[in-house]
Amino acid sequence: MTPSVESTSQSFVLLRLGERRFAVAAVQISELVAPSRIFRFPHRTPKLEGVILRRGRIVPVCDVAEKLLGRMLTSRRFYLIAVRHYGDKSEWVALPVTGDCELIAAEMTNAGEADAPHVAGWISHNGEVIEVLNLDALTPGAEDAVGSKTPVVVLEVRP
Amino acid sequence: MRVAAPTAKPHVAARTEQIILFRISGQPFAVSSASVQEIRSVDSLAGVATEIDLPTLRKVRHVVRRGGKTLYIVSGAAHFGLPASAAGLVFVLRKTRTGLLVDGIDKMATMTRLQALPLAYCREERTWYRGLTALDQNVIPVVNPEGFLSADEFALLDASLVPEAVPLELAGEGMELPE
Repeated sequence: MTPSVESTSQSFVLLRLGERRFAVAAVQISELVAPSRIFRFPHRTPKLEGVILRRGRIVPVCDVAEKLLGRMLTSRRFYLIAVRHYGDKSEWVALPVTGDCELIAAEMTNAGEADAPHVAGWISHNGEVIEVLNLDALTPGAEDAVGSKTPVVVLEVRP
Repeated sequence: MRVAAPTAKPHVAARTEQIILFRISGQPFAVSSASVQEIRSVDSLAGVATEIDLPTLRKVRHVVRRGGKTLYIVSGAAHFGLPASAAGLVFVLRKTRTGLLVDGIDKMATMTRLQALPLAYCREERTWYRGLTALDQNVIPVVNPEGFLSADEFALLDASLVPEAVPLELAGEGMELPE
């Protein structure tokens, strides 16, 4: 299969994880924030470290480094807050990154059949070929559930 | 650079909820006080609890009879996969035949907002928790009282009981909570 090439340039955010750089479509990025306190509680979903509070919202922190680099991050400089889709719903997830992020415009080559599910495509930037991440495949969601059960009905209570 | 936040979920009528903040193995949790029928000291179970030993369900080690029904005592530490700790209290939960062993109570509080567990959490914890609440700059999981034992686990426990094995009634020495 010959990968198709998008004819128009798109915006991407380049993020750094250790020595490697990855890209995420800019439309999926909400903001880049300094690390804040992580609240941890028992759970069984892999890759989730806990949650942070951001502008009144509870945002899960998902360490994608192990999947992308084969090891956990030992340090982090920022959380990249991105929008993750779950069917027709969307929520924020915080991705720890180890360096500054950069907004660029590039043309994306779509992923091929041989690429991993978390690869949405490829871009070329300053002579480097960079993976564009598919966050919906990279971060946990209902498809990762083991023996998934009916979700608990949750009431929202407000003053 | 910012883009619009995901669409917020519609909220139902405004109300607050009283919660009990408690700890298991040092980890804070919350439970709606309306879900707790009674709080007893673990000592009060001595002599009335019968040991139960199901290799596939290690979180339940004791059973007591109460008001004609059987109450299974769940170790909160074993349920949540936390290090074992010395439980001091048992919460008798309403509308379920479950007693929950906890270390102790921190305080009572008023919850003004219960946020759904983020969808990234996709395993057993979706049954364990009703959601999360932010309180005093902390995020506390609010437990689901019906999430400690599944219907299958109740059936397994019921089947394991010898009828005369739990003859004693739990006497009223605990603190009854209003419904």
